[in-house]
Amino acid sequence: MGLRPFASSPNDESPSETGQAKIGVLALQGDFKEHIEMINRLGAEAIPVRLPVDLEGIAGVIIPGGESTTISSLLSQFGILGPLREMITSGLPAMGTCAGMIVLARSAVGLDHDSLKVMDIEVRRNAFGRQVDSFDTELDVPALGDGVPLHAVFIRAPFIEAAGPGVEVLATLPDGRVVAARERNMLVLAFHPELTNDSRFHKLFLGMVDKYRSGEK
Amino acid sequence: MESGTFIVKKGLAQMLKGGVIMDVVNAEQAKIAEDAGACAVMALERVPADIRAAGGVARMADPVKILEIMAAVTIPVMAKCRIGHFVEAQILEALGVDYIDESEVLTPADESNHIWKHDFKVPFVCGCRDLGEALRRIGEGAAMIRTKGEAGTGNIVEAVRHMRTVQGEIRKLQGLQDDELMAEAKALGAPFELVREIHDTGVLPVVNFAAGGIATPADAALMMQLGADGVFVGSGIYKSSDPEARAVAIVKATTHFRDPGILAEVSRGLGEPMAGIDVRAIPEIELLSKRGW
Repeated sequence: MGLRPFASSPNDESPSETGQAKIGVLALQGDFKEHIEMINRLGAEAIPVRLPVDLEGIAGVIIPGGESTTISSLLSQFGILGPLREMITSGLPAMGTCAGMIVLARSAVGLDHDSLKVMDIEVRRNAFGRQVDSFDTELDVPALGDGVPLHAVFIRAPFIEAAGPGVEVLATLPDGRVVAARERNMLVLAFHPELTNDSRFHKLFLGMVDKYRSGEK
Repeated sequence: MESGTFIVKKGLAQMLKGGVIMDVVNAEQAKIAEDAGACAVMALERVPADIRAAGGVARMADPVKILEIMAAVTIPVMAKCRIGHFVEAQILEALGVDYIDESEVLTPADESNHIWKHDFKVPFVCGCRDLGEALRRIGEGAAMIRTKGEAGTGNIVEAVRHMRTVQGEIRKLQGLQDDELMAEAKALGAPFELVREIHDTGVLPVVNFAAGGIATPADAALMMQLGADGVFVGSGIYKSSDPEARAVAIVKATTHFRDPGILAEVSRGLGEPMAGIDVRAIPEIELLSKRGW
């Protein structure tokens, strides 16, 4: 037996172009560990972001699921809100799941706190009701390009009520409610791929990070 | 589309991680807790210290109270039912609470059986003192666990004991050989499949918070460093001289639990903490953590 071939197949779990990309995962509250593990599994480095200093040198940021009131309040209290908003506005790729989508949205019905407000969408919090109305379902996501539905877990989830012209809808429920979207460098999901083994959205995000880094050089 | 699946029940607990769940007895306290950064609130008739002082039978809170609290905040609302009292649980589910705590803080309704939690769409959190108790509750369908500590004492000693016991037993399981697992399952009194799963993964299959006795930011950070995924706080906030400032400080300490500089900063000027009770001075029969099995 010789050496294993160095080149990876297209289905390989490690997107080699990502190289040394460092992804910041906002770790104030919520399921940040699940995101960190998913990014690590894909061969990129993920670091927890708890203070402004942790933002240095990151090539992308993930805002996890959790409680959007808690996350946005801690974002302000520890001085991350301003610098992170500026970085995302200047092109830093950002991915948000559930609470992360709420924190990124320009407007969130039901959230009193200041938040990042960088993406041109209006979302409604707890839009499906309380926990007893939380659900999981098979979701068609044409943008993933392989025709395989995604097992989507919705937990006290928001959805997107309105979106600006620059926003591309990536997935809708059968009743038409928008639950995934992308605008320039921002990707938001109302559900939680990080709670499953499906890493396709994280790969899609790492692709956005690659593009950002090659543009930067 | 399916609601009430285990991934969805367990998933809400995963969203609460790194956060503080605060006891509240009315809408005003619920709002204060939400503003302080609580990731959820526990709707109660009385905080445990007052339950302890009042004596008598402690039951599920009045639905009026629970609904008032649900209307006041947008964060998840939990409520407690008595151990084994599945009708209180049915009522809480009908009210639409987001999580049910089958809690030793209330007077048990059944001294032999806990609730069969798989029957519910609403998720349950249950207390434990050791790994066997945690796995029995998970076997019954609990989607989240908390170490019991000794509620209403403002004394962290039991919370530490229970968390160290759970973590130590997990480490022990990991070191066993396959042919030793059945005997260990018997010793723990725990379902074999769960014992084998923890042997393989080294972690509980659900989120585990710390509860019962947290009174300071340092207490919260201690429990986090010992391996808790988050903390429950009640009497420790309300029996202190400045509940609002203490609540905010405990939230910050739970996020930055490994940063002594921040812990030092948030611990300053909080006024008097809860006086607290020496757990050894409590008669055995009054220990809440001994309720349930």
